[in-house]
Amino acid sequence: MNTEKLLELKNITLSYDGDKILDNVSLYIRDKEFVTLLGPSGCGKTTTLRIIGGFSFADEGDVLFEGKRINDLPAYQRPINTVFQRYALFPHLNVYDNVAFGLKLKKLDKKEIDQRVRKMLEIVNLKGFERRRITKLSGGQQQRVAIARALVNHPKILLLDEPLGALDLKLRKEMQIELKNIQRELGITFIYVTHDQEEALTMSDIIVVMKDGEIQQIGTPQDIYNEPKNAFVADFIGESNIFDGTMIHDRLVSFAGQEFDCVDEGFGENQPVDVVIRPEDLVLTAPGQGLVSGEVTSVIFKGVHYEIIVRANGLDWMIQTTRSANVGDRVGITLTPDDIHIMNRIFKPFESTLQGKVVGENRISFMGVEFEREDLNLPEGTPVTLTIGPDDISIVSIDHSDLTVYLESMVYKGAYNEMIVWAKDEDGVYQSLLIHSMNDEQIATDIGIKFDFDRIRIAVQEEG
Amino acid sequence: MLKKLASTPYVLWMAIFVVVPLGMMIYFAFTTADGSFTLDNMLQIGKYTSIFLKSINLAVIATLICFLLAFPAGYLLSRMKTRRQNMMLLLIMLPMWMNFLLRTYAWMTLLENEGLINHFLELLGIGPLSMINTQGAVVLGMVYNFLPFMILPLYSVMAKIDPSLFEAAADLGCNPMLSIWKVLIPLSRPGIISGITMVFVPSVSTFIISRMLGGGQNMLIGDLIEKQFIGSSYNPYTGSAMSLVLMVLMILVMAAIGSFEDDEMEGIVV
Repeated sequence: MNTEKLLELKNITLSYDGDKILDNVSLYIRDKEFVTLLGPSGCGKTTTLRIIGGFSFADEGDVLFEGKRINDLPAYQRPINTVFQRYALFPHLNVYDNVAFGLKLKKLDKKEIDQRVRKMLEIVNLKGFERRRITKLSGGQQQRVAIARALVNHPKILLLDEPLGALDLKLRKEMQIELKNIQRELGITFIYVTHDQEEALTMSDIIVVMKDGEIQQIGTPQDIYNEPKNAFVADFIGESNIFDGTMIHDRLVSFAGQEFDCVDEGFGENQPVDVVIRPEDLVLTAPGQGLVSGEVTSVIFKGVHYEIIVRANGLDWMIQTTRSANVGDRVGITLTPDDIHIMNRIFKPFESTLQGKVVGENRISFMGVEFEREDLNLPEGTPVTLTIGPDDISIVSIDHSDLTVYLESMVYKGAYNEMIVWAKDEDGVYQSLLIHSMNDEQIATDIGIKFDFDRIRIAVQEEG
Repeated sequence: MLKKLASTPYVLWMAIFVVVPLGMMIYFAFTTADGSFTLDNMLQIGKYTSIFLKSINLAVIATLICFLLAFPAGYLLSRMKTRRQNMMLLLIMLPMWMNFLLRTYAWMTLLENEGLINHFLELLGIGPLSMINTQGAVVLGMVYNFLPFMILPLYSVMAKIDPSLFEAAADLGCNPMLSIWKVLIPLSRPGIISGITMVFVPSVSTFIISRMLGGGQNMLIGDLIEKQFIGSSYNPYTGSAMSLVLMVLMILVMAAIGSFEDDEMEGIVV
């Protein structure tokens, strides 16, 4: 593969109405690669694509094309074409004229235009549809016209913004294969945006996983699947068991109340980590013969395999296996050290710490919330550090909450959902809080939280 | 059955107030005072060719100016945020809620030789200009009164255009001017046609604007027809003939404009 960088984004930052949409995004794309920007909605992947296309402009950072800075080059001068999310076909033109639109602007010879348009319509399987009205086409056909309209210009890069999102599953699978074939055949660089991890794994040479305007990981589909960089990536790509663990020292990790050998190094000693195990790596054994033992709580047949949930050591272990089991069976689970993947935690400590202040006799205020604590005996104005355990915060409706927060991420940790929420403190700075909850909430939305004030630990801050 | 019954009042209404008067107009156009058939009424219209031409000329100029003003206005309006859009729409429609005569009178006092504008110009050492009782004043009156009827249909068509179409045009190599020519204008065509209709038709047949702002020298078809029915030269037969010719003329013009709207537009929500 060509090692030359065709397109490069350098430290791209973009804010809209005070919200950071993209935060220091850097990546490069080589010629003829199929690159996918993958992430949940609102992660900034479409904005990244729009910056490459010239439809949005970064506040900071550079866009380089073949080494030249093209930040201020308008869309119509870029050698890049786009397949838009809802196709954006011209309703006043027929199929042929839609596809010929770009070539006619280039003032090419009529015969050449005709040749290229017909050939492209053949490639996307729309021969004979030349005179058809756009509104008379099915979703899949419109999709193909949009692809043909972009590709006929022989762009250096083709941008595709969730192009298969509106199609049904079967058509989608067909188009995935077709798109990949077209890309290989024409040797054009594709930058593809999707929130569908399966689509990304199927089609891409390189996947860029994004969340909240930041790149989480860049790698081949195999890298991303086998060596996810953090629990978010692991959770987003494929199914995973993700547990809270502590790295005791190199090659030894403790989780689920036990110690396990592993192959990871360099996480330090007695450090909180995330432990990720893919469900297809876990093996069912007779009870007592595995590393842990438990009881089957759920069995779902998935076609090729069974998805079995085993409750062991207080955690839910998801296992994918071709062997069936019955709910209530006692079983053992075994795994090898290289099945355990250790990752840095997104929220490093196991508890949240916040800054507060004494505001009256036995009263403390933090982030606009006030509470009483008996026998505090601290003078007014004393700065204090508050430590709040993840189980001491509960999720309630916003109307009954102490604080409204933004749910930034949610990962199932075998016994609870680990949530990271953001809230603005009195200085307008975002602070993160860690919550363990049985609730399932929609990420990237506001939720209400309530504190168990009696369990908050208070320490007087050292004068510094 | 019920459908048929429910439509009866409308059918009756149309018959009494549209079909019957139309029939009467055609009847009068081809009869003399004693009720016998004649083509004289029609033939007499030849005398007024210059007035017909002037009316059409001024109406075409007013329509063109309205279009040139309304097209960018409609576009900008359609791309505004909803709240601002509603505000601006209100401001555009507000003058229409004031009495038509009152508005035109206001222009009279503004344009007069001793009017406000001339007073102001005097302060600057220019003028006085004679503005009232000119063709320009008549066109101004038409543009002022009928401009909203051009803006509103353009705006409502443009507001329905998917903004990603402009991005697609830019993506395929259109600079902003080409985007207007290749995407905005073709997709606005239904609005352009109804805007032109809604400005041209009242402009060509107006009589009050020309009388108030044009003085005696700028008589238009509307004034001419009015004279046949009200005043000393009472002659409903010639008046009907003129109305008939005007109607046929307008139908021809509309048909000509409409023919630009070929079947390629099919399927667009108007």
